[in-house]
Amino acid sequence: MSLHRVAELPEGGLSTVRVPLLGQRLCAGFPSPADDFLEGALELPRWLVPNPPATFLWQISGESMRGAGIFDRDLACVDRSLKAGHDCVVVAVVNGQMSIKRLVIEGNRARLAFDNPDLPAFAVEDLEEAAIWGVVRFTIRWHLVRGQFGR
Amino acid sequence: MSRALALIDGNSFYCSCERVFDPKLAGVPVIVLSNNDGCAIARTAEAKALGIKMGDPFFKIREMCRSQGVRVFSSNYTLYGDMSARTNAVYRDFSPKVEIYSIDESFLDLSDVQADRRVELARDLRATVRAWTGIPTCVGIGPTKTLAKLANHIAKTVPDLDGVCDLTDPVAYDHWLCRISVAEVWGIGRASLAKLEALGVDTVADLRDLDPRPVRKAMTVVGERIIHELRGLACLPLELMPAQRKGCAVTRSFSRRITDRAELEQAVSAHATRLGEKLRRGGLATNHVSVFYHTSEHDRGDPMRSVSTTVTLPEATSDTLALIKAALLGVAKTWRESGERPWRYSKAGVITTDLMRMEDSPRALIGQMDRERSGPLMAAIDACNARWGAGAVVPARAGVLEKRDWNTKFEMRTPRYTTQVSELPVAVA
Repeated sequence: MSLHRVAELPEGGLSTVRVPLLGQRLCAGFPSPADDFLEGALELPRWLVPNPPATFLWQISGESMRGAGIFDRDLACVDRSLKAGHDCVVVAVVNGQMSIKRLVIEGNRARLAFDNPDLPAFAVEDLEEAAIWGVVRFTIRWHLVRGQFGR
Repeated sequence: MSRALALIDGNSFYCSCERVFDPKLAGVPVIVLSNNDGCAIARTAEAKALGIKMGDPFFKIREMCRSQGVRVFSSNYTLYGDMSARTNAVYRDFSPKVEIYSIDESFLDLSDVQADRRVELARDLRATVRAWTGIPTCVGIGPTKTLAKLANHIAKTVPDLDGVCDLTDPVAYDHWLCRISVAEVWGIGRASLAKLEALGVDTVADLRDLDPRPVRKAMTVVGERIIHELRGLACLPLELMPAQRKGCAVTRSFSRRITDRAELEQAVSAHATRLGEKLRRGGLATNHVSVFYHTSEHDRGDPMRSVSTTVTLPEATSDTLALIKAALLGVAKTWRESGERPWRYSKAGVITTDLMRMEDSPRALIGQMDRERSGPLMAAIDACNARWGAGAVVPARAGVLEKRDWNTKFEMRTPRYTTQVSELPVAVA
């Protein structure tokens, strides 16, 4: 589902979208208490983010997904509107903690797996014990030696 | 086809925003506090069950929160504004006509949807908002705004309805109106409630069946309008285009009392800076700046003072530096040195009431300002603050953000998860 109205497009055309689309509109009823705290949204290219209101960025901490090419301090772009299928990389709540895992569906059994040869294959043997938060569309990795985030 | 409006709102919206990013908050009582961590302004069902009321001062419930394990947060308005924009983007996929009524409530026009498909659509809308943004909602549908609002209240309080109530359905309309108290009707305040009780009005249906003309005498035209709306006769249109802003205000309570002129000037300059940003965001300008500051009504026995003054500029501007100059002139005109017992100011603000569009504003003959220089400078400052976060570039008069210790307190605020790269939520690999 990706229906975008012309009014939502940024002035610069289709090249970038804001994640999310921050409305500049004023409320017709009550003035928004958030009005004084609005910040510029994180910008990503439109072709990478088909559904901005469902798209969130997460920071990755840890090495258990190295086999998937995901490393410590990478950023993950997570789309909550995608249905998680077999082999998807997902952000999921495991034991009350947000974690990134690979979803493995075999027959009618769904499990969450690490992707690191040094670790046991499965983190969660039964998906009943976990809740999927969103599907990772892509990750961002810096190949420069970074001084600081956000630059 | 008959008119159908839906009112959709987020359940315990601020608390729900916090829960999206912190799984440990699921199923536990959560509250969010107002500015300066003053009062509870959002409560989850678990917190309501503990008896925490809307507007309870935090200092009164602090001990109880600690012993009962209530998770307490300062308002994270950056996050709530962002999540609100996301939910409204989803609403617009379901109806092209959306009125954003408040940060967590919107009216949708569903008139084009077949009557027997509306509940189904509302369920789909709820499920989509929940899946895409993580925010739980309730939907009320009615032929008028007042009935949509009432339907929303029913959807929220009757668990069997699963979050959707449709009062455009005649069966539901007849069923619910004689079962809901008139106190739940939008616009019926405590004063009107007393008058209605005297008239023998108990349920919503009783009010609907009153003759509107005598009600007009007792409750003005507003009461008459409510009766028409309850009968399904729309008096309140959907406001799709927000009216052009006529005024703009930046007012804040200090985190502590202020007695020093330099500190007050810094606060007023910071407010004027914020005012300039808000004006420029809307392409607006003003040539009057009102400044006020006052002591607190809670400080019984202390000397009281409340000051308000208006400064006129030669022509309309949105230039922060000009607004600061005007605001400081307002302070200079009204400042009095304290006697033995100082005035302890609790709040200050900068207000404009006569906004106009920058490009439509007439130029002054005398005292014309340099718009050619000011425009690019302000644009550069705004661009820096957009890129590196609010307060990255500030006028020296307004003080560096971190050193404004009079600033409104948000001591238990969560990270700005969705707008700051440095504050993104963390997933463990």
